[in-house]
Amino acid sequence: MGILELAIITIVKILIVLTLVLLTVAYLVYFERKISAWIQNRIGPNRVGYLGLLQPFADVLKLLLKEDIVPTVSNHPLHALAPMIALFVAFSTYAVIPMGPTITLFGWQIPLAVADINMGILYVLAITSLGVYAITFAGWSSGSKYSLLGGIRSSAQMISYEISMGFSVGGVVLLASSLRPIAIVEAQSGLMWNAFIQPIGFITFLVAAFAETNRLPFDLPEAEPELVGGYHTEYSSMKFAAFFLAEYANMIISSALIVTLYLGGWQIPFIERLNLPVGLTVALQVGAFCFKLAVLLFFFIWVRWSIPRFRYDQLMSLGWKVMFPLSLLNIIWVAILIMVFKI
Amino acid sequence: MSLEITLFVIFALAAAVSAVMVVTRSNPVIAALFLVVNFGSLAGLFLTLHAQFIAVTEIIVYAGAIMVLFLFVIMLIKPENEQKFLAVNKKIKLTAVFLAALILVQIAYIILFANPSARLNPDLNASVQAGTIESIGTLIFTKYILPFEAAGYLLLAATIGALVLAKKKFE
Repeated sequence: MGILELAIITIVKILIVLTLVLLTVAYLVYFERKISAWIQNRIGPNRVGYLGLLQPFADVLKLLLKEDIVPTVSNHPLHALAPMIALFVAFSTYAVIPMGPTITLFGWQIPLAVADINMGILYVLAITSLGVYAITFAGWSSGSKYSLLGGIRSSAQMISYEISMGFSVGGVVLLASSLRPIAIVEAQSGLMWNAFIQPIGFITFLVAAFAETNRLPFDLPEAEPELVGGYHTEYSSMKFAAFFLAEYANMIISSALIVTLYLGGWQIPFIERLNLPVGLTVALQVGAFCFKLAVLLFFFIWVRWSIPRFRYDQLMSLGWKVMFPLSLLNIIWVAILIMVFKI
Repeated sequence: MSLEITLFVIFALAAAVSAVMVVTRSNPVIAALFLVVNFGSLAGLFLTLHAQFIAVTEIIVYAGAIMVLFLFVIMLIKPENEQKFLAVNKKIKLTAVFLAALILVQIAYIILFANPSARLNPDLNASVQAGTIESIGTLIFTKYILPFEAAGYLLLAATIGALVLAKKKFE
C-alpha cells in the first residue's frame, strides 16, 4: 500500500466516522428526549416528521439561526476558542476505536479503525484529558460567576475521576499486555470479556465515564438549580450547540471505549463455530459493536432520568475515597489473576 | 526525509513562538494557554523522534493534569494583586532575570560543549525500539529503579506535606 492509497483510505474512513458520529449525536438527542418522555409518562417530540423523527434537524436549524450573543466583559478570543476545543477533543478520540475486524477490500488489508496505533489507549486518555480546558476556559472567559464556578467544579471533578479511570484501564492493559485497542479486543475472545473477569474495574471505569462526560448524576458543572447553566451560561447560538454536540459526542466515545475495553469490542462469542461466510461474519460483528454501543447509550440516558444529582462533597468523597481505592484493588486482582491463575 | 524536516520546523516554530508568548502575556490565563500549546508542540517533536510514549506522557501529565491544576489556581487569583506585588518587590524581578540567564548559560554549555548529538544511535530500528513503552518500562524497573523509587518517595512526601498544610487551616 503506497502513501497515496493510505491517505485516500484514511480520509474516506475519517469522513465515514465523522458522518456516523454526527448522525448518531443528532438521533441520540432525539432518543434522550423520547426516553425521558417515556420515563416521565409523557409523549415527547412528535410534531416534526413521522413520530418526530425530523426533530434533530429542526433543532440544529433553530440553533444556527439564533443570534450569537457574546458578553462585553468576556474575553472574546478564549470565549470563541472554548467550544472549538470541546469539539476537537470530542471528535479526535474516535480515531483509535476499532469498529470491526480487519477486512480485505479491493486487495487491501483495511483495519476498521481510522488509525491503528500501538499507543491507542494512552492516546484516548491524553486527548480526553485536554477536554477539561474547553470547560475551564468557557467558564473563565465568560466573565460570569456562574460560569466560573461551573468551570472550576468541572476541572476538579475531571481531574479526580481521571485518576480512577486511568487505573481501571491499567487492569485491562495488564491482561491484554498491549495498549493497542485492536489487540485489547482480540484478547477478549470467547467469553473472556473484561467486564466478567474484572468487574470492579468495569464499575469504576463506568462511574468515571459518567463523571468525565459531565452527565447526571455527576453534572455538577452545569447544575441548573445552583449555577443557571454552569460553564455555558453565557453561550448562545452555534457556540452553545457546539458544547451540546460535544457532550453527546463524548457520551458516544465513552460508550465506545467501554465496549472496546470491557465488553469484547466487535466480537460475538463463539461466532467462528457457526462457519458463516467471511462477509456475513464481519457484518454481524460490526452490527454487534453498534448493538453494544446502543445498549450503553440507552444506559447513559436511563441513569440520567432515574438518579438525582450528587452534592459536590459527595462527588469528591466518592471519587477519592471509594472509586480510587477500588480501582487500585482491581489492579491487584488482575495481577493475582495473571500471577496465580495464569490467565 | 523531507516530511520529517517539515514537521520538525512546524513543531519547533510553534514551540518557540508559544514559549515567547508565555512570558510576554500579561494575562496569566492566556499565558497558561500558550504553555499548553508549547507542551503540545513538544509532544509533536518527541513523536518525530519516535519517542511515542514520552510524547503521550507529555500530554497526559503536563498538558492534561499539571496545567489544569495551574489554571485552577490562576483563575481564583486576581491578576491586579499580582501586579501590585511585583511593583513593591522589585528584587524578585531581578532575581528571576538572573536565574533565567543562569539556566540559559547552562543549556548553551550542554549543547555547545557536551555535544549530546554525538551519542545518537544511527540505527533507526533501535531508536524506534527505545521509544516503546516496553523498553522504557524495562529500563525504569531495572537500570533506573533507584531514581524511580526516590522520585516516588519525593512525591509521597509532597502529598503528605500538602495534606498537613490543608488540614491545619480547617482545624
